[in-house]
Amino acid sequence: MRRPWSISTPSPGRMILSYFVLGIWTFVVLFPLYWLGVTSLKLPIQVNDGPFYLPGIDFQPSLHAWRYIFVDLRNDTLRPFVNTVVVALTSTLIALLLGAAASYALVRFKYRPRVGALLLFIGCVALAIVAVSFGTPWPVAVLAGGALFILLLQTLGRRFKRSLGNDDIAFWMISQRMLPPVVVVIPIYVLFQRLGLLDTWAALIVTYVATNLPIVVWLMRDYFLNVPVELEECAAIDGASRYRIFWSIVLPLSIPGLVATFLFVMVLAWNEYLLALFLTGANAQTLPLTVAAQNATRGPQWWYMSVLILILILPVVAMAIVLERYIARGLLIGAIKG
Amino acid sequence: MQVVQPTQGPTQTKPALETPFSLAGKSLAFQTERLASMAFVLPAVLVILFLSIFPLIVSFYLSLSRLQFVKGGFQITFIGWDNYRKLVSGSQKAHFLGVMSSPSPVGWLVFDGVIATLVLLLARYVRSGHGSLGGLFWRGLAATGAGAGIWLCVWTLSPGGRPGTLVVTWIYVFVDISLQYLLGLGLALLCVQNLPGRRFFRVVFLLPMMITPVGVAYLFRMLTDTGKGPFAPIWIAAGLADFSWVNSPWGARVAVMIGDIWQWTPFMFIVLLAALESQPLEPLEAALVDGANRWQIFWEITLPGILPVSATLILIRMIEAFKIVDLPNVLTNGGPGTATESLTLHAFMTWRTLDVGGSAAIAYMLLFVVTFVSISYVNLIRSRATEV
Repeated sequence: MRRPWSISTPSPGRMILSYFVLGIWTFVVLFPLYWLGVTSLKLPIQVNDGPFYLPGIDFQPSLHAWRYIFVDLRNDTLRPFVNTVVVALTSTLIALLLGAAASYALVRFKYRPRVGALLLFIGCVALAIVAVSFGTPWPVAVLAGGALFILLLQTLGRRFKRSLGNDDIAFWMISQRMLPPVVVVIPIYVLFQRLGLLDTWAALIVTYVATNLPIVVWLMRDYFLNVPVELEECAAIDGASRYRIFWSIVLPLSIPGLVATFLFVMVLAWNEYLLALFLTGANAQTLPLTVAAQNATRGPQWWYMSVLILILILPVVAMAIVLERYIARGLLIGAIKG
Repeated sequence: MQVVQPTQGPTQTKPALETPFSLAGKSLAFQTERLASMAFVLPAVLVILFLSIFPLIVSFYLSLSRLQFVKGGFQITFIGWDNYRKLVSGSQKAHFLGVMSSPSPVGWLVFDGVIATLVLLLARYVRSGHGSLGGLFWRGLAATGAGAGIWLCVWTLSPGGRPGTLVVTWIYVFVDISLQYLLGLGLALLCVQNLPGRRFFRVVFLLPMMITPVGVAYLFRMLTDTGKGPFAPIWIAAGLADFSWVNSPWGARVAVMIGDIWQWTPFMFIVLLAALESQPLEPLEAALVDGANRWQIFWEITLPGILPVSATLILIRMIEAFKIVDLPNVLTNGGPGTATESLTLHAFMTWRTLDVGGSAAIAYMLLFVVTFVSISYVNLIRSRATEV
């Protein structure tokens, strides 16, 4: 795929200079990670006495922090870790499935805005009903529902006369990414409190699916545009249904895109902090919160914290190294067509 | 000169397949087709409706009200624009906007320079002849917004003033993105050369992006420790052993920005690298044959080629950068005082004091600022691209 960049084979002098600069940045990237590893092997006194750099040479490495985290704290480490894995994986897979289906549909089907407007109206009514059942006074619910409908009609309905409404739907979905989570988190908090779902996996999973759907739609759109229509037509002539075409032809053909999107969304869900801070307590706490909480009790205990951060970053870093070649391509295509 | 395409909007996609299958009984096929089309898109639409649009509206209502927790629930009182008034002119003004003081001569110079540029740009648009009244209105609005922003920055950043969370967020966004872009572009230009072992650099440079911001924050707290951190000998040699980054407002802000730059330069780097690698070789070869030097090739061929990607890239990062919260919260806890608080952190702190309405109002101000800046940016890029 990649063209040989033969034209810019550098001269020896330029090569040395390039390696020098790249080496500096490699150091900038790797040194903090190295320091993390080293600190996790130190005793408290070795951290507090000033910098020691080389385990085994200027200080005696010890596994006490690792032992503390894995043996003494066992369940307090395991639970957030399991929470993070379950929430990140589940939400990513759901977001991928829903988002891929939607972006495929937006590429291949033709949506007529009138149908859309009708649906929106139904949606708004349903929302108003739900709002009332959650205790919002009904005039507010009706007003909000009406306002929402008018708002959407204004944005989507602008091209009402045109035959194509797909781009508007896609744009509307993608633009949701602009929404800062802090704007929506309070009502979501109240909603889950009403439903009794605060501090559960479900609350986090649903919220992450919603926040990450726009990215999936945005990144997957272009891959689906590049799947040849002829293949699908052949399958249709052979009697395959739309669902089957999507599942056994389109999805397998866009695996590179799916991998890149999966990794990107997965990392976002894995590292997410603000929403988890609002929506979880002791039970569903994810690992970033556990790390952040280390500070609160007895001042920063760098040795334990380093172990926790390492546990937190190792899985994603390993995944990133394995899937590196997919990422750049996936993001580039999104950036061009976005 | 290559014509630069603006960020390709959704309008330039291939037309969707029209009534693709008309083999079976037409009406039945049409029915199932329509059902399938709904089944594909509806789940996503509903999820976004329920968890983005609906909360957005509720949040707006909350920002206009006072929410009190009473026994067994809460009570909402409608209070109009009070929460917003508090931010702009009331008790929260120093926190949100900052403390103003009259600017130094340099501040005046910057302010006058920016205003003059904005007026000049507007005048040029009017005189160019092919502008419309609507275009002038939006441009004027964007220019007014930019002018107000600069005014706020200059007045709060001058000696004696203190920037509020709004200005601090702007500083984060502006400084972080400029440096990330320049660093990312530089590294990508180096990595695109035919160097043995460049795949190693590509993988390594990607790593910071994968690390949770909370982890990055603690990492940089360790690294910036002037007494026990790894760079302590350097600080001691420089006579700064007692200096603490997190206790001086600018030191703390710089620490936050370094953390953010470290984390997100990889994003710029990999996308720009991929863009550079997908550039066609023929123009480069032609330019070399014509005797152009590297510098000319970079300015005339390479840079125009990656401008569209750059524009989108900066937009994406800008939208995300406005949401910054983890780094300042963990690295400095917003301090010293409120010096490193971003808008999101400000909203969270306000929420923690159970002032839900005030928190929603801050969040809405953030939404307003993000939307205004992004739309102005997109339009600026688009008009620039058509001018070229």
